[in-house]
Amino acid sequence: MKTTYREAVRAALREALQSDPRVFLMGEDVGRYGGAYACSKGLLEEFGPERVRDTPLSESTFVGAGIGAAIGGMRPIVEVMTVNFSLLALDQIVNNAATLRHMSGGQLSIPLVVRMATGGGRQLAAQHSHSLEGWYAHVPGIKVLTPATLEDARGMLPTALRDPDPVFIFEHALLYPMEGELDENIGPVDISHAVVRRAGRDVSLITFGGCLGKVLEAAETLAAQGINAEVIDVRVLRPLDTAAILTSIAKTHRAVIVDEAWRTGSFAAEISARIMERAFYELDAPVARVCSAEVPMPYPKHLEDAALPQVDTIAHTVLEMLKPHG
Amino acid sequence: MASGELPATRGHALLLLREMLRIRRFEEKTVELYSLGKIRGFLHLYIGEEAVAVGAMQALTPDDSIVATYREHGQALARGVPAGALMAELFGKANGCSRGRGGSMHVFDVSRRFYGGYAIVGGGLPVALGLALADKLQGHSRITACFFGDGAVAEGEFHESLNLAALWKLPVLFLCENNLYAMGTALIRHQSQTDIWRKAEAYAIPADAVDGMDVVAVEAAARRAAETVRRGNGPYLLEARTYRFRAHSMYDPELYRTKEEVERWKQRDPLVTFPAALRARRVLSEAELAAMEGAVATEVDAAVRFAEDGPWEPVEDLTKDVYTGA
Repeated sequence: MKTTYREAVRAALREALQSDPRVFLMGEDVGRYGGAYACSKGLLEEFGPERVRDTPLSESTFVGAGIGAAIGGMRPIVEVMTVNFSLLALDQIVNNAATLRHMSGGQLSIPLVVRMATGGGRQLAAQHSHSLEGWYAHVPGIKVLTPATLEDARGMLPTALRDPDPVFIFEHALLYPMEGELDENIGPVDISHAVVRRAGRDVSLITFGGCLGKVLEAAETLAAQGINAEVIDVRVLRPLDTAAILTSIAKTHRAVIVDEAWRTGSFAAEISARIMERAFYELDAPVARVCSAEVPMPYPKHLEDAALPQVDTIAHTVLEMLKPHG
Repeated sequence: MASGELPATRGHALLLLREMLRIRRFEEKTVELYSLGKIRGFLHLYIGEEAVAVGAMQALTPDDSIVATYREHGQALARGVPAGALMAELFGKANGCSRGRGGSMHVFDVSRRFYGGYAIVGGGLPVALGLALADKLQGHSRITACFFGDGAVAEGEFHESLNLAALWKLPVLFLCENNLYAMGTALIRHQSQTDIWRKAEAYAIPADAVDGMDVVAVEAAARRAAETVRRGNGPYLLEARTYRFRAHSMYDPELYRTKEEVERWKQRDPLVTFPAALRARRVLSEAELAAMEGAVATEVDAAVRFAEDGPWEPVEDLTKDVYTGA
């Protein structure tokens, strides 16, 4: 069936509300407005205001209320409009959602799902465009997912809802209109492993979320030049599937990591470090990274394009890496 | 029941006294143990404020939920968390009520619906809202009592939480323990409106203030407040005006207030005034008070032994309970 990423998210939300009376959705504009990205359009009419709850602009409190409701026996899905706004809820996420289980000696479970849009590319400037999922992946006690495909947009949510721990799903804002074919009977998907999206032997391109499409495109460009790139979609930033990355490196002996976050302290840095720690002697070249420029995201299109990882910068990095030296 | 009156029955009067005495003697013992290095970290004492926890707890049933602060030994003991499990928690032992993972500031006892122990000022308020929301959605009739100090009312989460609780008519009893100091900053230096209960008016929440040094008055006010919440009309804010006789924590040199001020408040010590009132009405004899002191001392000694004898969590379990089942 032909569908979009947005419709896949909506189908997952609808199914969750239909199949479990403990599930409810809350967040800014999820009800009457239909969701800032229209993911919850129609759900208020179908499920009513008790289960599709519009909240005030109070990120810290409605995320915290989601934590309390999860402790109290519900299965809340909290939508934070964008990752930039989630910083207002950082206290509840880091100090409560991630820690209460441990600090209580295992007495509490927090089956909370938080969804939010992330990423740049829509000329929304610095307060609506950043990619901070790597920050969240720093925190033990939560799980961090980055659905990059229609299957993952549809299937990660039901799996996350079955998870007894807090799960954060970062949906790249540019993916919502993405169209494609999706099996009508697609069910929940695994949320613990990376996936090889394109098999290859010359270099491992490691990425996640909004960069996957660009990386696959770059791989095709490279293929035309006789370079066969393997593309790994990390999918889950925490807990990270290191084994999948190492398996690919053992095959290709080269790695380029593509991450839309800033280079300094990025998740790409974490992946790079793990490769160095575990596969240093497999490498035929230093690990390379394609990340965003170290600048708050600018508004003009040409500057935003220059700040973000692009197909040609990815391809160029690979070509440089494969250039004969000496 | 007006301030200065006695409880209806002699038995209840003695119960209130005994509960306050348990908190006072337990914490006096923790001071000794702290200087011996048996208890480490921060230790925030409740000494002086006992009438608030003991009075308020009388208005709550075992089915109600409680969210507390980082100064929560009094609330925990008044709720029925065993003194031994609490002391072991302060020692960091595995037989502590949070398996020693939380310490003084993170007391959890889910079997008694005691949901922590929050060391980020104001951080427990949204969680209390969520517990209440879960109850409302599941048709439970219980209420959630949320303790916080005067410092918390400067936090955004206080205002967000009052707004959302009123908007959604959530069964939350907000209990402000106004001890006049946010750590070392006096109320007049951190609040433009020092009548905290009046802040509730802006959110259309009924509110009241009570003498927090009078256990009988606190109980009466808390019962009225809890009944209002139980009727299903939404939250209530009760401000208990109290004072801590000790420093903010064991590290605090207390440079921000005078000894005279502390001595003035000690004239109103509930553990002096309440027994005096009982003796004056011939409800309590010297011998009975001595017997009560003896029983409390025995309980505290047993708690210390329970903590001393408790095992340390094996280091192999370090990363247990970060995620469920791991």
